Amino acid sequence: MSDAATSTTGAAHRASANQTGARTKSRARPSVLQRLTPSGSGVVMTIYLLFLLLPIYWLLNMSFQTNSEILSSFSLVPQYPTLRNFEKILTDPSWYMGYVNSIAYVVMNTVISVTVALPAAYAFSRYQFMGDKHLFFWLLTNRMAPPAVFALPFFQLYSSVELFDTHIAVALAHCLFNVPLAVWILEGFMRGVPREIDETAYIDGYSFPRFFVKIFMPLIASGIGVAAFFCFMFSWVELLLSRTLTSVDAKPIAATMTRTMGAAGVDWGVLAAAGILTIIPGALVIYFVRNYIASGFALGRV
Amino acid sequence: MALKLDGVSKVVRGSTHIHSTDLTLEKGTMNVLLGPTNAGKTSLMRLMAGLDRPTEGRILWNDEDVTGVRVQDRQIAMVYQQFINYPSMSVYDNIASPMRLSGRPKAEIDREVRKAAELMKLTPMLDRKPLELSGGQQQRCALARALVKNAGLVLLDEPLANLDYKLREELRVEIPKIFEESGSIFVYATTEPEEALLLGGNTATLWEGRVTQFGPTPTVYRQPVDATTARVFSDPPMNFMRVEKRGSGLDFGDGNTKNAIGSFSELSDGVYIAGFRPNHLELEQPQTSAFAFRATVSVTEITGSETFVHLDHGKDRWIGLVHGVRHLDAKQEVSVYLAPKHVYLFDEAGALIAPASYAQAA
Repeated sequence: MSDAATSTTGAAHRASANQTGARTKSRARPSVLQRLTPSGSGVVMTIYLLFLLLPIYWLLNMSFQTNSEILSSFSLVPQYPTLRNFEKILTDPSWYMGYVNSIAYVVMNTVISVTVALPAAYAFSRYQFMGDKHLFFWLLTNRMAPPAVFALPFFQLYSSVELFDTHIAVALAHCLFNVPLAVWILEGFMRGVPREIDETAYIDGYSFPRFFVKIFMPLIASGIGVAAFFCFMFSWVELLLSRTLTSVDAKPIAATMTRTMGAAGVDWGVLAAAGILTIIPGALVIYFVRNYIASGFALGRV
Repeated sequence: MALKLDGVSKVVRGSTHIHSTDLTLEKGTMNVLLGPTNAGKTSLMRLMAGLDRPTEGRILWNDEDVTGVRVQDRQIAMVYQQFINYPSMSVYDNIASPMRLSGRPKAEIDREVRKAAELMKLTPMLDRKPLELSGGQQQRCALARALVKNAGLVLLDEPLANLDYKLREELRVEIPKIFEESGSIFVYATTEPEEALLLGGNTATLWEGRVTQFGPTPTVYRQPVDATTARVFSDPPMNFMRVEKRGSGLDFGDGNTKNAIGSFSELSDGVYIAGFRPNHLELEQPQTSAFAFRATVSVTEITGSETFVHLDHGKDRWIGLVHGVRHLDAKQEVSVYLAPKHVYLFDEAGALIAPASYAQAA
């Protein structure tokens, strides 16, 4: 799948190279000046990136400023750069525990979602059973309801079974959205593996669990990676359920950020630093799965 | 050692894939399943393997009922038309995997893998992954895995269909030789009559989920029990025409009455189906007595040293395979000749009445 993606980009590269070649036919090699002259697409790209990165830059800018500078003046770069904001977050438990809590339930959710989705997706891709197509579609309809719909019943349910304000509560709540998604992604990848591989393994003497772990999972490794990534991201950015289901012990960072109004007003600098630190895990994960993301968005159906 | 299918049938959602079949395959024999696509070759193999459960009937292995036994617990090996290997393992591990699962000692596994790799000319590729190999090598890897398992029943489902011509010829000669020593029962599915003849052994012809005939390959070829078998076991397919005998006259449906000669003279009056193989149709008048027909050329295909001529004779479409390069224009009317000794006679229902006389001599 990724091969197909690379080969198309490869073809695009070659095509554009041919075009450039045609344009500069008179000269074999463009001069330095020519290479630096902005082309039309370059200008568009620059503007695009500028708009895209502006808010993030502003956040970064703020995170290195003092509150008084943020409030009093307009500065493109910090006049008195400071690390005090980051220091505050990394030393104050009420701040850094937010990250710990978030990562705890996000990882739990990712593990649960993928573990549950693997056998489900295998069943959908390999067997025919009554109502399989409807069930498969129904899974996806779970994603059509806004999380707010589930906030109240979940709050009530978790309170009554004393799961309120625990990591597992949020992890389980997020499964409602992530398990269907993971099933969809994994099913697409699994369908790409010929059934004959399963049969050959059985004939060779593999039992089902052994075949699944030793032969099958390596074949859909990129699919598992993509599914895990999507679960991670959805769980990481989801705010409403995680805030409703927690109060102190499992409070996520996003909730901490929205509750910083103190008696002295909003601490803008610390808030900006928290924002920067919140972006980092997502950016890291995206970096690792960047080659598979396209096939993930296509749910493996490339 | 023998595999016995006892009234085995398979029905999937109301449609019958395999009609009730009785078949006994003996130890150390090569058995070819010959039939066109969708004839039920793969379905029958899957039943033999235990991948599918028969709707009715029993499967016996050495007189022991194995109908419901799991695939893992049966001693079988299977090679598919697609090149099926474990992509995440090296060629070495691929070949070794069935032996590792049966818990054989390491030294023995190593020896067997190297021996099989040598036979299949895979020795330099042992450390590579299957997908880095060419198609022929991938299939040889799959064959090697089937070989080392030393299974009592080896199922080969059109193993050479996806390979190029040259490799196919090479492996077709090698496969029976390589597996011969093992004494297993071989089942080899193919769509090509030529392949069945080259492999020898026994042939079962399949047509629409039914085994129409099972016996030694040359016998099935020369003396098909019915018109369906004859059609399956001939490439291009056998030509057929309706013939009516009245007294000493023969009506081939083209309005002209011909004198009954050869085996036709002994027939009683009635309606028959006459069949002949494409290579027996001639464009020149032969020395011996022959029927002459007028037919219209529809297409000629030249394959180097031979020419396929597609002809329309009345309502029938015939294919003739003649030597040499012939340029015949479409729509042209030509005389074609057919010696009566090359004609198979079937009754109206398709059962064989008399095989061609060359078949009886053989």
